[in-house]
Order: sequence, then structure tokens, then C-alpha cells
Amino acid sequence: MEVLVFLVPLALMLGLLGLVGFLWSLRNGQYDDLEGAGWRAIADDDPIRENPAP
Amino acid sequence: MQATRDFSHYVRNLGSGLSRIDLAVEGVSCAACMSKIERGLSALPDVTLARVNLTDRRVALEWKEGALDPAGFIDRLAELGYKAYPFEPVRAETMENEQASFLLRCLGVAAFGAMNVMMLSVPVWSGNVTDMIPEQRDFFHWLSALIALPAAAYSGQPFFRSAFRAMRARTTNMDVPISIGIVLALAMSVVETIHHAEHAYFDAALMLITFLVAGRYLDQSMRRRTRAVAGNLAALRAETATKFVGADEISEVPIAAVQAGDIVLLRPGERSTVDGSVIEGQSKIDQSLITGETLPVKAGPGTAVYAGTLNLSGALRVRVSAASEGTLLAEISRLLENAVQVRSRYVQLADRAARLYAPVVHAAAVLTMVGWVALGASWHDAIVTAIAVLIITCPCALGLAIPAVQTVVSGAMFRTSVLLNSGDAIERLAEVDRVVFDKTGTLTLPELDVANAASIPTDVFDLAGRLALASHHPVAAAVARAANAKMPLAGVEEVTGQGVHGFVDGLEVRLGRPSFCGADELADDILCRDPEASVVAFHHGETRHVFAVRQRLRPDAARAVAALQQCGIGVEILSGDREPAVRHAAQSLGIQEWRSGVTPSDKIARIEELKRHSFRVLMVGDGMNDAPALAAAHVSMSPVTATHLSQATADLVFLGDRLTPVVDAISFSRKALRLMRQNLWLAAGYNLLAVPLAIAGLATPLVAAAAMSGSSLLVILNALRAHRGVRELS
Repeated sequence: MEVLVFLVPLALMLGLLGLVGFLWSLRNGQYDDLEGAGWRAIADDDPIRENPAP
Repeated sequence: MQATRDFSHYVRNLGSGLSRIDLAVEGVSCAACMSKIERGLSALPDVTLARVNLTDRRVALEWKEGALDPAGFIDRLAELGYKAYPFEPVRAETMENEQASFLLRCLGVAAFGAMNVMMLSVPVWSGNVTDMIPEQRDFFHWLSALIALPAAAYSGQPFFRSAFRAMRARTTNMDVPISIGIVLALAMSVVETIHHAEHAYFDAALMLITFLVAGRYLDQSMRRRTRAVAGNLAALRAETATKFVGADEISEVPIAAVQAGDIVLLRPGERSTVDGSVIEGQSKIDQSLITGETLPVKAGPGTAVYAGTLNLSGALRVRVSAASEGTLLAEISRLLENAVQVRSRYVQLADRAARLYAPVVHAAAVLTMVGWVALGASWHDAIVTAIAVLIITCPCALGLAIPAVQTVVSGAMFRTSVLLNSGDAIERLAEVDRVVFDKTGTLTLPELDVANAASIPTDVFDLAGRLALASHHPVAAAVARAANAKMPLAGVEEVTGQGVHGFVDGLEVRLGRPSFCGADELADDILCRDPEASVVAFHHGETRHVFAVRQRLRPDAARAVAALQQCGIGVEILSGDREPAVRHAAQSLGIQEWRSGVTPSDKIARIEELKRHSFRVLMVGDGMNDAPALAAAHVSMSPVTATHLSQATADLVFLGDRLTPVVDAISFSRKALRLMRQNLWLAAGYNLLAVPLAIAGLATPLVAAAAMSGSSLLVILNALRAHRGVRELS
């Protein structure tokens, strides 16, 4: 049962990491445009230039 | 005089040499539009950011300060095929956005807490029936407390604040029993933990908060979305005024940049966007949007002009006045204020349920405690059982019952082009049994239309439409619109006060007064049959035709009125217009009750009279003269073309040319009210099953958790049924 001593804090740390991540993404404005974000993922990238740089 | 467009009012300075503007864009609907706009704008030199927000249909633009003119962006978007206009977020919208991100933060914290406490609770529940040693259980409980107390203190804020406000006002709402439940559950769990007891309810308290915050966030995000759409529509109307910046120099500025004392130019065919009084010029003006009267009135120096007034013939110089100066407007503001005060006394269904519910459960808890003591249990056990009753009856499902339905229904209404202004409008709309319509702009379309289009040959109509593009006169504009004309004719001249003329195929074409086109007899013929119409004549070589232009009823008005009457909702017209016009509209729609020449205070008086006969009145109107009546009615609706004042007062706004959204909104809200009541009963019934367990002292934390999530899911699933709009009225 001694394993609890580091498993429980580890689990909490992971949870807290998730929460911090969520708060960061919220502050970063990632929830401002939920509809557009879905489409951006499948949009084409900008066309690659014809003549590659020498 | 060519006016320059000046959008500097909307440009924000970000510092570090960057400027920013937000544009509302019409017609952005897919990923393709998004990348087209972003690429198109980023290609401009000096633009540092161009980002489309597809949810709100807006574009944020940043560029190096001073390098570019904002009007250039709008032209660029027009080249790409999108209509855009600068956008200034109103204060209400900014506040809603802040509230939304606060609720989302609360949701994140509550969900984090609930998940981690649940992770600690499951071993305790299974350990209680197997071989967990008390020290381990205490350790898990203390750890749960460490997570749950700060998490609940933060994420419970929306409820605690609202409950505190309600209690300070000496009333009660649903948040009062919720807050009491949360606080007691946490307090008891801490006490139990200190005494090394088996049960703690940290997980139940946090789960409750998570469910409720989620419900509240959904409810709020739906409202925020409709508000964003309404804000865009307002911006895209692109209300500008032509302001004098020098003695003879004019500039087209957004109305937000116009101040009292400025002088603006009002050209023929333009709608005024400001309130003020005429200082120079003679003209006829159409005040129908303000008074409902469709007959034009003469305007000269000293005449008061209101936003929404249409200038018909001559150019006017108008001095902008402070909003409350006009006598008509002051009177309307006063009536409006009184009416709004009366309406705020409406008690929402959720609060009525809470007023019934809270005393019952609190009494049940006290009785439980007294009962157990009487049966010989210790005070400690009796109190623990009583608190368990409060936790299990904590209105999780009740708190979700109404917001869940509101969210689903406002989404469904949104798709039938009805926007919801106030949250409790659905409940009030469902009770409606009398609909009062304004005529001008509500039953009729806001724009003039050609009434005898069928009797005019298509080629003549097309030619007349192209010719009409050269004129600013509203009647000519109606002909151009009806003919769907796009290409103006070359070499057309305007003869002031008469009409326009030019040459086609070597023959002269004329459009204007009947006398100008030699068509007096034809015109008299039409005016005899339809004295309400305005006429405009057309002449090309030997062909002569006369167009009858008038306000036309919305295409589906008769059907909508019939649908309302069929299900027992009385319909009547209250209009500020003259008697013949109102009678004609009422007869063609089959409406028995109508009143004409009604003033704003008469409208209120009529609505009060209906109220006294215990009718629940829905007022539908668009004019400024309707605003007080809109506020006085039980619930109110406006078309999106309405004046600002009416739109801000109305509970719902409908888009488009059709009147059916009014009927749809009523049928949706009736269904919603039924589902809300069902949900309340479901939630109450669920509690009724769980309470005996709690009174008997069998409500372990496991039972509490199961009861809470079970009832919440049931309520949410039931609310989703509102999605499938069973059309009750149509």
C-alpha cells in the first residue's frame, strides 16, 4: 500500500495539469470560434511555391 | 458632392504600431469562404492579421498603423463577394462574453474536482464493503476535502451569488436550495471526516455543481449566439449619416460618430438615421416607421425628424438633437419606462417551482431529524440523516429542467429565424391567447412594392426598372427593386420634381409623374380603384403604362393570421395609419377587430384593457410608436427591420419577409412550456423515490451520486425532444 504515497499525488498532478491546460486554452481564445476551428483542421494548407528556394 | 467614407471611429489602436478593426461579414458559411477571405485580406501589404470567426461571422483585422484605410478592406471584401461593415461590440455583448468565459472556467474547475474526488471516492465505497482500514479511508476523505472545498468555493460562485442576491431581496429562487444543499453537504462531510465516519459527500456536492454549471453555460451560449447575430444584423444595416465637416464639405460617417449639434445632409430617398430638426430645405417626408401614418407630410425649417423617417423629395439639412428632445420621443420614453416597470414583476416558472419546492424539502429534513430523535436515535445520527435528505433532494434536475429546454428551443427557433432577446420570453409566449399586430411594416412589408406587376408586359417592366435605377425617389426605387434591375441605362437625366428621361432605340423613354409621361387617364383609372396607392408612369414611344406602388402585405400574412385564429388565438390590428388603409388590410386578412389612427398611449390603453379581461397579449410591432405597447404587452415581437427602440424592447425578433416565424415561435414555445412542466414533474418524481431512502437513513454517498446523475440525464434527454418541432399550429 506504500505505492499510494506517490500514486495518489501523481494522479492529482496529472489532473491539475489538465486543468491548467484547459484554463490556458480558454485564456488563449481557443473557445471563441468552435465552428471555425473544426473547419480549419481540414482546410488545405497554403499552396507550396512552385520554384523551391535554391 | 461625393462623400468620403470615414470609418476611423471603429479603428482601435493596439499600441506597438498596430491598428485593429472588427468587421461583421454577411454570407460567410463554410470553410471555403473562411480561407478565401483570410487569403484575400492577408495578400494586402501591411496587413498583419486577418482571422475569420465562423461562429460569430466576423473578421478581425490588424495592420500597421496609418498604412491603410479601413474602407479599403470593405471594398476588398466586396470584390471577394462579401458584404461587410465595421462592428462595435455593444456593452451587453461584451458582458455576456465575459460571463461565458467565467462559466467555462467554473465548469473546468468543477469537472476537475468532481473527477478527482470521484477517483478517491470509488476506492472508499468498495473499501467499505471489503477490507479498507479506517486510516486509509480517513486519508482519502481528507484528500477529497482538500480538492473539493476550494473547487466548490470557486465553481459554486454563480449559484452562491444569485442565492445571496435573492435572499437579500427577501425572495427565493432555485439557487437558494442549491446553495444550501452544497454548503451543508460539504460542511457535514468535513465534520464526518473529523469524526472518522464512513460516509462523506464531497463527490456529490461537486458533481451537482458540474451538472448545473454545464446547464447554465449551454443556456448562456445559446443566448450569446443570438445576440451576436443580432449585433451583426445591426452592423450590416450600415447606418451612416452624411455629416457636414466644413461649410460645403461632407463626409459619410457611422452614426456612432455623430453628436448632438452636428449638421447632417438628408438626400431624397434616404432614411434618416438621427433625430433632429430641419434647418434648411423643403421636402415631403414619410414618417410611417415612427407614427404608422403612411401619407407623406410636408417638412421645412423647424420640422422634427426622427431616425427612421424617409425623405421623399428635396434635400434637407438637419441639426442633430439630443435623443430626448423631441416631444414625441419624450412621450414615448416616458410611456416605455412605466411599461417596463410593470413587466418586471413577472415571476419565472423556475422561481415559482422553487418557492413551492424549497419549503417542502426543508420541512421534510426538519421532520426527519425530529422523527429520528423521537425514535431514540442520537442527535448526531438524526442531523446526519436530515442533511442526507437535503443533499438527495438538492434540485440538480430541477436546476437543469428549465435551462435545458430553453437551450434546445432557442436553437430550434434560431433555425426558423426567430431570435430570442430575453430568457423567460419562451414561457410568456406559450401562454399567449391574443395577438395584436401593428400594420405598417409588420403586417405589410417595410419596403414599397409594385401592386399591378402582373398586368404589365415583362419587357416594359425590365426597361422601366433599368430607367428607375437613375432616380433616388422611393417610388422609383420600388419599381427598380420589383423589376430586379441591375444595369442602369446610359445618358439618363433627372428632371427635378417630374421624373427621369433618356433615349432607347432612338425613342424617348420617361418615368415619373403621370403628367410628365402623358398618362394622366391611366393613372386616374388606377387611383379610382386604389386610392391608397402611389402611381408612377412610364412612356416609351407610343407605349404608356402606369405602375401602382403601395405597401404590400407580407406574402404569407393571411395564412399566418388564419393559423393563429384556427387554434383559438384572437387577432387584432392597432395601427397609427388612417382608416381606409387599415380597413383594407383587415378585410383582406380576415381580421374583425381593428383600430386606426391610434396614438402610442391609446395602444397601451387597449393592451391594458385586454389585460383586464385576462387576455395574455402578444404585441407584434416595428415602429417607434409601438415601443411602449411592446413593453406593456405580456410578450412582444418585432421584425428585424424595426426601429432600434422597438427592437431593444421586444422579447423576440424575427428575420425575413415572412410572418410565419410568429406562428412558429408560438408553437415552439408551447411545446417548450409543456416539456418544462414535464421536466419539473420528472425531477420532483425522482426526488419522491429517493427521499424515502434518505429518510430511512439509507442514502449512502453512492446512492446520492447515482440519484443525482440519473435524474439529470433524464431531464436533459427529455429536453432534447423539443428539437423535433412538432408544428402544433401550422
